[in-house]
Amino acid sequence: MIAQKATQQLALLTILTLLSACASAPQTQRLFATPNNLPDKIELGQTPFFPQQRYQCGPAALATVLTHAGVNINASTLVDEIYLPSRLGSLQAEILASTRRHGRLPYRIAPDMHALLSEIAAGNPVLVLQNLGLNWVPRWHYAVAMGFDLNKREIILRSGTIARHITDMDTFELTWARGRYWGILTLPAETLPASTDAERYLRTVVALENTQATKQRWPMIHIAYRTALSRWPNNLIAQMGLGNSAYQLADLNTAAQAFRNAARDHPNAGVAYNNLAQVLLEQGKLDEAEKQAQHAVTLAGPHLKNYRSTLADIQQAKSRADRSADPS
Amino acid sequence: MNITKRAKRATISSLLLIFVSMACFLPAAQAAMIGTGQIMDYSQAQQDRTHIKALLNRAELAAQLKDAGVDPVQLQARLDALTDKEVALLAGQLDQLPAGSGILGTVLVVFLVLLATDILGYTEVFPFVKKTVNLN
Repeated sequence: MIAQKATQQLALLTILTLLSACASAPQTQRLFATPNNLPDKIELGQTPFFPQQRYQCGPAALATVLTHAGVNINASTLVDEIYLPSRLGSLQAEILASTRRHGRLPYRIAPDMHALLSEIAAGNPVLVLQNLGLNWVPRWHYAVAMGFDLNKREIILRSGTIARHITDMDTFELTWARGRYWGILTLPAETLPASTDAERYLRTVVALENTQATKQRWPMIHIAYRTALSRWPNNLIAQMGLGNSAYQLADLNTAAQAFRNAARDHPNAGVAYNNLAQVLLEQGKLDEAEKQAQHAVTLAGPHLKNYRSTLADIQQAKSRADRSADPS
Repeated sequence: MNITKRAKRATISSLLLIFVSMACFLPAAQAAMIGTGQIMDYSQAQQDRTHIKALLNRAELAAQLKDAGVDPVQLQARLDALTDKEVALLAGQLDQLPAGSGILGTVLVVFLVLLATDILGYTEVFPFVKKTVNLN
């Protein structure tokens, strides 16, 4: 009997020792082990606070970052947009979608502590998904990281009903890691994240083109491509995006110029010549349109079928024009 | 039971009809322009296939969101703001994906484990636990 109790206690002790051995937060440790350019401490005190109602940490957290980004909104409006009654919670994809509906870019930051702290240091509060429990007994929670203190190794969040939730940085990282390091900014189209690469940013913008409600978002999409070009002036995707969005906004001159720039910087990109040809066709510049489309066909590639159909359209238009010019 | 099933099937098929007929009205004039997303990711053939798949997914997800208690008035706008990829991710997985809410169904053994891990700074479930062990 006593032996059994001792065994039990030993087992419990072993489990706790193992757990404490596991409980290291790798990125935080690396952060402190290597030099960084972060300020020692910062707190974005002007970040608004919407205390969570019942299970609605999603709407509260989203209202926090959207308001910070200049959107006039409160948490109860967002309940209609992202709350899922059967789950008593909100899904990540719907948070992204709702951000788009309010004219902001849902930019997912790189999955690491340094990126998170860099954004806060640059004045961008970050909406994070945490699993406060364990993988096999999850407790999903959205909060907004808006401050940190490197000397005290702490992070500050707007979380649930707590306006300034101060928590150990290692513990935070562990809960955030169980949320797959998911963190987003809700940026106006004019603003770039503090730390980003072209691919990550442009994927966010391209996603805006790929929803059902794209029509009213073209102006915003156009601005976002301009913003991307201000940082990466020769990026093909950004150049093509600028041209495509201008085309959608019926600004053919801007579209043609963007595609010309793309063709100049990427002479092997058939897509640039193809889209330029289509714009020239609509501008009635048939000879040049034919030349550009021909060039696209010569370059070939995965979109060859499109290039051929563009060329065929142009040649058809040309023969129609010739017929009406020469009535004999 | 049978009636609910039939009603559900009717909803799905009518939604499907709406989506597909919407697809038929998409402007054909822009066929020659190559979209930014296509340049980034796919060849044209793949794009066409995913487009049709996406329409089916959207109809399916619409029915699932309705079942999950989403107000039908809000349904369309919520769906419309999702990308095809997000729709594909959600369809059929509404019950499994993380849904942030801050709730937890706790039974005793789970309570004890989480209490221990909270004290160790491994989890952060119970507000009354003050960290006693510093990590590192």
